[in-house]
Amino acid sequence: MVARGLTKRFGDFVAVDGIDFEIGRGESYGLLGPNGAGKTSTMRMIACMSPVSDGTLRVLGMDPAHDGSKIRGRIGIVPQEDTLDLELTVLDNLMVYGRYFDLPRRVIRERAEQLLEFTQLTERAHDKVDPLSGGMKRRLTIARSLISDPEILILDEPTTGLDPQARHLLWDRLYRLKQQGVTQIITTHYMDEAEQLCDRLAVMDGGKFAAEGAPSDLISRYSTREVLELRFRDPDTDTAVLATRVEGLADRLEALPDRLLLYTDDGESTLAEVHRLGLSPESTLIRRSTLEDVFLRLTGRSLVD
Amino acid sequence: MRYWMYQYKRTWRGSITTSFLYPVLYLAAMGLGLGSLVKHRVGGVAFLDFIAPGLLASTAMQIGGNESMYPVMAAIKWLRTYFAMLATPLTVIDVLVGHLAWIALRLLMVTSIYLAIMAAFGTVHSALAVLAIPVGVLTGLAFAAPIAAFAAAQQNDTGFSTIYRFGLIPLFLFSGTFFPIGLLPGWMQPIAQATPLYHGVALCRGLVLGHLRLAAAGAHLSYLLVLTVVGFVLAQRTYRRRLVT
Repeated sequence: MVARGLTKRFGDFVAVDGIDFEIGRGESYGLLGPNGAGKTSTMRMIACMSPVSDGTLRVLGMDPAHDGSKIRGRIGIVPQEDTLDLELTVLDNLMVYGRYFDLPRRVIRERAEQLLEFTQLTERAHDKVDPLSGGMKRRLTIARSLISDPEILILDEPTTGLDPQARHLLWDRLYRLKQQGVTQIITTHYMDEAEQLCDRLAVMDGGKFAAEGAPSDLISRYSTREVLELRFRDPDTDTAVLATRVEGLADRLEALPDRLLLYTDDGESTLAEVHRLGLSPESTLIRRSTLEDVFLRLTGRSLVD
Repeated sequence: MRYWMYQYKRTWRGSITTSFLYPVLYLAAMGLGLGSLVKHRVGGVAFLDFIAPGLLASTAMQIGGNESMYPVMAAIKWLRTYFAMLATPLTVIDVLVGHLAWIALRLLMVTSIYLAIMAAFGTVHSALAVLAIPVGVLTGLAFAAPIAAFAAAQQNDTGFSTIYRFGLIPLFLFSGTFFPIGLLPGWMQPIAQATPLYHGVALCRGLVLGHLRLAAAGAHLSYLLVLTVVGFVLAQRTYRRRLVT
């Protein structure tokens, strides 16, 4: 999959602003970014559900403008909002969807059984969808997207709103699919999810790529190895003033209302220096840098919408 | 279309009952009840014979209207079924044709049942009456296609009650179902004649009573066909505008 200068406009509004990327077969690629960054618009173009406004896009070597239907036949899509039929049974949802791909009934039934097993829904096969839990519906949506045995799986916020058990089950399933060679493109708001699932990811902001690379690359490029968090409970503490005192101890410094974040490669020695300056934080924490630090650095802490 | 059939599998019980019950109720109430007061012969036949084919066409109109309003809105906004379909190899045209094909099938079932019950009431007077089934389907589609076009352009369902209030219900009452439109005030007659239901009713009545003239049949048929095709073209446009963004 190759995109060059990929752009999506809605009237005057530019949702995706000339992005470039290449995704190889069997790769798991993540798109991160705040709401409105253009993730879903990008996904919809890749899924051939939304026409490209500008630039070029090739999916499986084909052009979505001409071969949209053919490409969609080889892609599985898990949309952000479930589009299941609530009045049909779990099994019938899969049967109908399989027919959209013009698969023979016998093949669909076989695959449906395997997929229900795979997503642990076999016992609910003949129940209606409506009363199922959010996690079950999400799993069914994933089972449905796999009915055509796709080469590419597109997942738009696959685990938003799920409990930890359901998330881990989904991650496990997605990992197994990856091992079977299914290319995955995932948007998510969860940094741990991106770290778990993605070989490579792009951080989007304002329709553009702010950064792209493997999770560990991004951390080493945009953050330090460790983060020292100093927490001050006293409400009169002015962290901005304190920040000027510890300036120079860390590569980068961030002052939050009750905390100081010191980005440093060696948290212990930085902490020792902080103590030497006579600062006495209520509590301290030394932790490894995460994608979340990268994300917040690239897209800012303020709310966007 | 298969989708709608699947969904129907679950809900058919309710609608089969109404498919049988409505014609029985209408024919019994209007024909036998009201009809017993109407000793006049209407258009040369008994009152029940006169209204039965009209009711068939009106029912087709209502089914066509019902199935192309809320179900279309639901497939776009509430259940987003159309979007699920468009994530597969299906195209916008496939989705539209599939939905209309399902409506046609539903019309076929309802009009067939209606005709069978009319026969049981002894109101069928010609072998040509069988053709009232496809005519009923066409009448329904002549409403369903343009209404689907309208529904796909709506942001919410408030427009639908307008269609019922100022469209379907007046047509039901004044398009020649219950009395010949010649009885309407002169200025209303051309309006009644311009409505699609008038043509559906005239065709069905002509076929069931066996007095249909070929030229008139051609005119009625062309009207309904043109309306269906125009509706389809418009629907294609509103569907595309709504579903492909």
